[in-house]
Amino acid sequence: MDGVALKILLGDRAKYIGLIFGIAFSTMLMSNQISIFAGLMLRTAGQILDAREADIWVMDPRVEYVDEIEPMTDMQLERVRGVDGVDWAVPFFKGLTVAHTRDGMLQQIILLGVDDATLAGVAPRLVLGSVEDLKQPDAMIIDRAGFQFMWPGEEPGLGKVVELNDHRAVIVGISDASAPFTTYPVVYTKYSSARNYVGRTRKQMSFVLVHGQPGLGTHELAQRITAETGLTALTWPDFAWATIGYYLKRTGIPVNFGITVALGFIVGAAVVGQTFYIFVLENLRQFGALKAMGVANGTILRMVLLQAMVVAAIGYAIGIGLCAGFFEITSRVSINLRGFELPWEVAAGTACTVLVIIVIASFASLRKVMVVDPAIVFRG
Amino acid sequence: MTDPSIAVRCSGITKSFPAGDGTVEVLHGIDFDVPAGELTMLVGPSGCGKTTLISIIAGILTPTSGEVEIGGSLITRMSDAAKVTFRRNNVGFIFQQYNLLPALTAAENAAIPLVVAGIPMAQAAGSAVAILERIGMGAHLGKLPNQLSGGQQQRVAIARALVHAPRLIVCDEPTAALDAEAGQTVLEILKDAALAPDRAVIVVTHDTRIYSFADRIAAMEDGRIRAIRTAPFAPVSEAA
Repeated sequence: MDGVALKILLGDRAKYIGLIFGIAFSTMLMSNQISIFAGLMLRTAGQILDAREADIWVMDPRVEYVDEIEPMTDMQLERVRGVDGVDWAVPFFKGLTVAHTRDGMLQQIILLGVDDATLAGVAPRLVLGSVEDLKQPDAMIIDRAGFQFMWPGEEPGLGKVVELNDHRAVIVGISDASAPFTTYPVVYTKYSSARNYVGRTRKQMSFVLVHGQPGLGTHELAQRITAETGLTALTWPDFAWATIGYYLKRTGIPVNFGITVALGFIVGAAVVGQTFYIFVLENLRQFGALKAMGVANGTILRMVLLQAMVVAAIGYAIGIGLCAGFFEITSRVSINLRGFELPWEVAAGTACTVLVIIVIASFASLRKVMVVDPAIVFRG
Repeated sequence: MTDPSIAVRCSGITKSFPAGDGTVEVLHGIDFDVPAGELTMLVGPSGCGKTTLISIIAGILTPTSGEVEIGGSLITRMSDAAKVTFRRNNVGFIFQQYNLLPALTAAENAAIPLVVAGIPMAQAAGSAVAILERIGMGAHLGKLPNQLSGGQQQRVAIARALVHAPRLIVCDEPTAALDAEAGQTVLEILKDAALAPDRAVIVVTHDTRIYSFADRIAAMEDGRIRAIRTAPFAPVSEAA
């Protein structure tokens, strides 16, 4: 009877299209908004995720997230290096400053200073230049989006000169650094240069990046560093989640996106539920006739569920395809929208939510079909 | 049932429905035999219990008391699941509103009882085509119900009732939605195609114009069978 169920479904074109539209709209809205939300949250932790070499981030105990800086003295770096199990520990500077271009443009930038000797913590992907070039005097690496901000319309290139706090800096590399939460250019330079660019003070070290010795768990090492230095030491995933958690708690972003996602769910469930209910209701006599002719309730149940699942599968495929297409197009339209994509986890989660929607939508209809008296067909 | 000439035997059928705090009895001890190889009509005014009785005979409703025996099987003692299977294999239905599936062609609609029994649609439709051709629907096999007239739809319904060769065919007001000519044609086809020595046809009707097709007429009133008459019956004109 599966074929009959599908013919009944396809036979009512208007409702069939309405059901698919409802599911596709709901899928598109939910997956799109959750993906943008996830992309935004990942942006908050972009600089942590880019410092691939560091197992552990060490910071002042008052620091809650990566954008909240409480500088430490260089003495703290030595204390961390002295902890048993630390393979290496390097300073890391993070701050904001203003860059001036030769043509007079002014641009706020995120300035990241990495260890002069090892360059540990620099963005791993360079589209132009070499990380080693950062060791040259006055060298800096800027991200591709930042370059386009500062020199709109120009192809990314090396050798451009900017002025940072009256100091000359030359672009020796273009990185593909993760997009930051703000849209400021992300500039990497040596730790010593970064201190010059912002002006030297007694305490300037934002973080200590630590790599543990092989065989020692990073959580265990982090606890040991905290115990021995009194500083906060977090593994990079923990620090990334702490940063994301801060934005979740302290901003209205989750509420804003949550409302839209909830709307997608409610609208989807309402549209699909109502349409499916009407569809089943209009076919109730036919279902009654089938029951009279000896179709078991289990078969009827299977027919209705098959109709629901087909609608859900087609609607979901269209919706998720539209969502993926949206991100594909927007990533080409503007480099500032890079990093927004459809993660498989969101696609899978949306599939589960669509399943919930279709179960809700089917539930009322199923009940109606299951209790329909086959004698209905004898009532003219 | 020991007498093979009796297709359906109803013994002491009563049926009550809940109403308010109490119950209303709509059938009061019906004893009624439907002979095999005959077309029996159940007639009577609205509300006399015809539909309730036919629903019980078809195994759709369960009587409050009494027994229904079809071809030796006591359907009133069957479980619900067994009744469903029994109906699937032994009962054909023709409804007043045809109840054809709008998305299926005439051939597919007529094949439904075979599909329900697990036969693939293509094979089932093949069997249905033979019956549809026999009743003059060979030119309309691929048409959807909304492309057919009322009389043609009812012919498809007759083919659907016959396709799985049931022992009993139950018809509920089969001509009520048809004009006089189409009604006559449908009854002619029904009598010609449906009647067989081992099969009974029960027709519930208000339509006096088709009485002449009956072998036996059971007149119901107030939940009882008041009279049973046997053929021949003179056709009743509109004016009468």
